[in-house]
Amino acid sequence: MEKSLLAPGHRACAGCAMPTTIRLVLDAAGPNTIVVSPTSCLEVTTTPFPESAWCVPWIHSLFENAAAVASGVEVMLKRRGKDTNVIVIGGDGSTFDIGMGSNSGMFERGHKILYVCYDNEAYMNTGVQRSGSTPFCAHTTTTPAGSQSQGNARPKKDMPAIALAHKVPYVATASVAYPVDLRRKVKKALQVNGPSYIQVNAPCITGWTFEAGLMIELARLAVESGLWPLMEYENGELTGVKKVRRPKPTAEYLKLQGRYKHLFRKAECADMLAHIQAMADVNIAKYKLVD
Amino acid sequence: MSEKTANMKVVEGSYAVAHAVMCCRPDVISAYPITPQTHIVENLSQMVADGELDSEFLTVDSEFSALSVLVGSSAAGARSYSSTTSQGLALMYEVLYNVSGMRLPIVMNVANRALGAPLNIWNDQQDSVGARDVGWLQIYVEDVQEAVDATLQAYKIAEDAEIRTPIMVCMDGFILTHVYEPVELLDKEMTKEFLPAYQPANILDPANPKTFGAFADPSSYTEFRYQQFEAQIKALDKIEKVAREFEETFGRYYGGLIDSYHAEDAEVVIVTMGSVIGTIKDAIDAMRSEGKKVGLLKVRSYRPFPVQALRKALKDPSVIAVIEKDVSIGSEAGLVTDLKAAFYNSNIHTPIIGFTAGLGGRDITVKDIRKIVDKAQSARKGMQSEFEFLNLRTEIL
Amino acid sequence: MAVKAGSLVDACSTRMTKTGAWRTFVPIVDHGHCIVCSLCEIYCPEGCIHQVDSGDEETLKKYGYSPKQIEALPRFRRIFVPDLNYCKGCSVCANECPHMAITMVLEEK
Repeated sequence: MEKSLLAPGHRACAGCAMPTTIRLVLDAAGPNTIVVSPTSCLEVTTTPFPESAWCVPWIHSLFENAAAVASGVEVMLKRRGKDTNVIVIGGDGSTFDIGMGSNSGMFERGHKILYVCYDNEAYMNTGVQRSGSTPFCAHTTTTPAGSQSQGNARPKKDMPAIALAHKVPYVATASVAYPVDLRRKVKKALQVNGPSYIQVNAPCITGWTFEAGLMIELARLAVESGLWPLMEYENGELTGVKKVRRPKPTAEYLKLQGRYKHLFRKAECADMLAHIQAMADVNIAKYKLVD
Repeated sequence: MSEKTANMKVVEGSYAVAHAVMCCRPDVISAYPITPQTHIVENLSQMVADGELDSEFLTVDSEFSALSVLVGSSAAGARSYSSTTSQGLALMYEVLYNVSGMRLPIVMNVANRALGAPLNIWNDQQDSVGARDVGWLQIYVEDVQEAVDATLQAYKIAEDAEIRTPIMVCMDGFILTHVYEPVELLDKEMTKEFLPAYQPANILDPANPKTFGAFADPSSYTEFRYQQFEAQIKALDKIEKVAREFEETFGRYYGGLIDSYHAEDAEVVIVTMGSVIGTIKDAIDAMRSEGKKVGLLKVRSYRPFPVQALRKALKDPSVIAVIEKDVSIGSEAGLVTDLKAAFYNSNIHTPIIGFTAGLGGRDITVKDIRKIVDKAQSARKGMQSEFEFLNLRTEIL
Repeated sequence: MAVKAGSLVDACSTRMTKTGAWRTFVPIVDHGHCIVCSLCEIYCPEGCIHQVDSGDEETLKKYGYSPKQIEALPRFRRIFVPDLNYCKGCSVCANECPHMAITMVLEEK
């Protein structure tokens, strides 16, 4: 990656997974790419007027319409006979919640667009509020842990399943801790003559609160615990899974993060810890993560 | 007003507008159906299906997406088009600001319709008048012919390098979309010459990467808004210029920023926008034959609001009556408020009374216009009421 | 900088902001232990770790290294160094280096 297509000097937090994700995606996609982003940490940290970190053409419109804007770009490129990649890179807040309508329309219309969701599991840009992607029991500023609450009470929305329900031909999960896998998946997705969806686990030091420098280690633990299975679906069939040699207990992943620390302090949270481990076990069984 | 020619056809208003759009050769059209815009987009999709119109036609998942798709296509260099009304325009509200802020010259026909609650599918102008501050140019047409002509003029104005502002061509829903009138449809070749291909200076292009839609903090946001403000001031001249150019090429003129009918020596001047003008002109003809000095000022460009043109057009009427199909709850209504503001610092101190009428599609008749003129005449002796709801059905209140 | 209609901005222009000013800790690379695997370059959120010739004084100076630091580098080697203009000191490289060749040191300024 000699000449990165994302310039330094952007305002992302030190140790943020989002710019690493962008660099990996752009490295795989190459300069013949147009990126569309919704309002997000990505957008505000990479494009503060009069500067922009993007070395490819990039457009931001609103919070909930990246997929629709990308549809318009794709249609015009197709009309001109250009084979330029059109990629949406957006956060989970836009992808899972407010942009759902836009995304659904784009998937359903079958545009040749790769949608990359960098998933940091909350509305980080506005101050760590809960999104549809926030996992069970995570503390956020709108689902805080307190004497009457153990954090977010709802399970994480299954966005890959929603993409699959739209018959999106290529759906995959990926992680910043597995850069070769992520790049491979991006290249594969860009070959699809239709929509594709890749959800990238992106640990957020500010929102999850962890020690400096643990960004990649946490992303690795998420995969190794079974909580973030790396899989790919092609035309609705599960065709690829990243096996885990020795699954780590979920507690090892959770206890490194401030957003779960209440689970280790209170006796009544033992159930929740067990529940989270059970969720990981379900994934391990479902995706046959262990040989 | 256009004279009858051999090229005139009796067609539905929506078809005429769709035909005009076809002649403008948009690259991308996105459509979400909403009464009474539906026939416009249905006609366009049939034209594409029959190979008459070479456009990418997207049927999208909502009006919000409809306009958002055009943000992308316009930024990628496409001449873009959509049409909507009422609830759809309201749903697009956020995107309207985005389009004007990003200086994308999108043209949209708004088939004016009332906003719910309560739900109502019939004509009034609350939708577009309510959106007067979003930074789009707004032209209000009086009949189907003008809707056709204004759509072509709209692209020429919007795409001008000094203007680069999106534009709403507002036509009363049902009244102008579903009516059958004799219309001179645009000629494709003449249109091509009048409106050449869209060639923006900056587009999304890997050969020349740019970032569109960066965020601006307090140190620069104001200057972006000021640029838009300046562009609308330039549009005052441009709208008039394009209307005259159109007249030279096609032989029709419906006014530039404004138009007038027997207003020069009028004692009562009615000011309004939209299709009610047809009714008012009939009423004026009748009243003039009775010796009543009544006249009409048509506001064609509502944004930018033609302050100087209006001040020049009124010599010394005794009273001005504004009739409009919108209401500003908690205040009065859009047009009358803007008009009063336009005259306040001038030397026109004529009393102005306002009427809201036609809300939710309630018919406005020649009799109603006479009623307004009578009320205006009594206001000369002393203003009883500055603003009222015409034809309020007190019996059902 | 003049406002361009539509808030249009030039590509790659964040380079003018030297986020190196943010850091408290600076990564120091022990080139003796480094196996040039490039993982630090891949993971760095700033994309500011680059592979250079240890003799490329001009580039190293541009990256913010003093003549003394450049002098101390091993000779005739391809090495990975962070560009000190942009490095925010996030410690991801130090944490991930498989040979523990990077240490975070409190920066004296």
